[in-house]
Amino acid sequence: MTIQFNDETFRDDYTFRNSQWAIDRFPFPFHEDSYMYSVNMEQHQGGPAGSIFEKRFDVDEHYVSEMRDRALVLAEDPLRCQSLPHMTLAGWDLLELIMVSKSEDYPDLFELHRDGDRWHWINRPLGIDQKFTFMDEATLPYGPMEYITRQTQGDFAVLDQRDENLWMDAGIVTTQADWSLDFDIGMNFFEWHAPVPLAAEMGIFKRALKFLMNIQQGAPARRLNWTMTVNPRLDTSPENYHKWGPQKMTLTPENIGRKQHLRVELQTFFRLPRSNGLVFPIRCYLIALEDLVTVPKWGRRLHRVIRDLPEELAEYKGFTANRAMIVDYLSKFDDGLPTSDGIWPDKDTEPPLQV
Amino acid sequence: MSTFEFPPSITSRPVWGKLEPRAGKSHLMIADAEGAEALLKLAQADGSLMTKAHIMYFPGETGDTYIGKLEELAPAQLYIGPSYEAAVPRLRRTLAGAHMGLQVYLTGTESLMGQAMREATDAGIPHTAIQTEHRGSVARRMQCVHCKGITENVMTDPFVCSHCGLNLFVRDHYSRRHAAFQGVCVDAEDPGNVPPPVELYS
Ligand code: HEM
Repeated sequence: MTIQFNDETFRDDYTFRNSQWAIDRFPFPFHEDSYMYSVNMEQHQGGPAGSIFEKRFDVDEHYVSEMRDRALVLAEDPLRCQSLPHMTLAGWDLLELIMVSKSEDYPDLFELHRDGDRWHWINRPLGIDQKFTFMDEATLPYGPMEYITRQTQGDFAVLDQRDENLWMDAGIVTTQADWSLDFDIGMNFFEWHAPVPLAAEMGIFKRALKFLMNIQQGAPARRLNWTMTVNPRLDTSPENYHKWGPQKMTLTPENIGRKQHLRVELQTFFRLPRSNGLVFPIRCYLIALEDLVTVPKWGRRLHRVIRDLPEELAEYKGFTANRAMIVDYLSKFDDGLPTSDGIWPDKDTEPPLQV
Repeated sequence: MSTFEFPPSITSRPVWGKLEPRAGKSHLMIADAEGAEALLKLAQADGSLMTKAHIMYFPGETGDTYIGKLEELAPAQLYIGPSYEAAVPRLRRTLAGAHMGLQVYLTGTESLMGQAMREATDAGIPHTAIQTEHRGSVARRMQCVHCKGITENVMTDPFVCSHCGLNLFVRDHYSRRHAAFQGVCVDAEDPGNVPPPVELYS
């Protein structure tokens, strides 16, 4: 299908909207009526046609506007994109991975022509036509990681693997759930996860790291993570917390359906061929509660998950102050009927809301 | 007494040890203020270290308290400096000339140990050759996550960023690259609602 790219904003007037297509394919992250941290990883080898899991790097209607928002963030704060000196090779690995994947998965949008080291990249949605020499930084306007991730939705952490650990030695982070690349760069897996409650005690990080270090080239993996965001803001960074934090106080029972968003991250893991690094794309999907509850199963389930979520998680995810109002709103979309297993909307089989 | 038992914390927060004499071709000892006490103890445990020791010491508010005693140890080199910042070029020069078998001893405030640790590891000194011992003030070196400015010697939570003026709360999340803890706006969600500052660990 051809994608109609939206012209929209993720700040100030917040004109971001999801079309019916985007709502139907939203990555609802709860496969049952409750939620707790787990080592929720699976292979990333496609998924149902049209789903966000189908392609290696999903492109959707928000692509062009998201890239504009990223450019704004980087102009304001260049420290959102950093790469330690030994990570340049991994940057080329990443550029190759994305260009090859996108040109194969979306041939109508992206083209890659390679003649030895002489590469030609065409990005139609962004109007880019670039000839360059692979592995020669001087032939691109930015370093390889920055060049390609200014054209790819989602944040990216590029990890070096050494000493039985993963090290966050490069990345571009403009759509994050409240963590700082500038602060975390150079940390290992356990250090950057230090602020997360409960998961370390549950042994999750030890097992997750082991899994990640064994990921092979051509066999990527994925998981979903989620949080809550007031207004469809991509840049919920700690750097700008004093600017977006006050917006959390603007929720009312009248505007909550429109303003409160469920924020879901599709996190994927790819081994990089030359550097043996690992790349961790973190792709953010936002949906307003009023859109989410149009899927009866999702309305029922989200109410139960948020109502029963352990307090530590609500606190960490930063919605404790608004939790009661959110639960109250969602309770109107929960009639107590059972829900089907799995994350899919099941619109044809799940009953409509009984009122 | 200049020692303090830090309560258990998250995994990014450094854990400090106790200095012990180790066999080595040479010994680089970096201390500020009450850190001198740990060096004196170290010399007591093995006086022979001092013949191959280079001490870099920043007395700060302790003034002359420990200087005479350090001189009595008769280290091969004794440098008394006005501040750690002023001594960074000297430290870098020393580390650049270091040979295999150098042992590094860091003691005093977390700020001093963190920054000197960064210099030592950047210079390629293996972790196994670096020891630490906290002494003296529990003040923290804080990075403001908003403006990126560093505020030294933070004694209260919250505190005011010395660069941008925001009121920041003190996190335990620690970056070895910045040698600093993270400070985050305390009244972001409710501007103006700043809790009264409380002394750290009080
Ligand atoms: C190498 C890839 C990964 C990177 C770069 C990464 C990075 C991060 C970062 C920066 C945070 C925020 C921490 C903070 O509060 O400052 C986080 C949170 C978290 N991570 Fe990871 N992570 C990775 C892989 C994983 C894996 C494989 C798992 C588990 C199966 C995991 C589980 C979690 C959990 C449970 C949280 C808390 C999220 C929440 O409650 O919203 N991470 N991660």
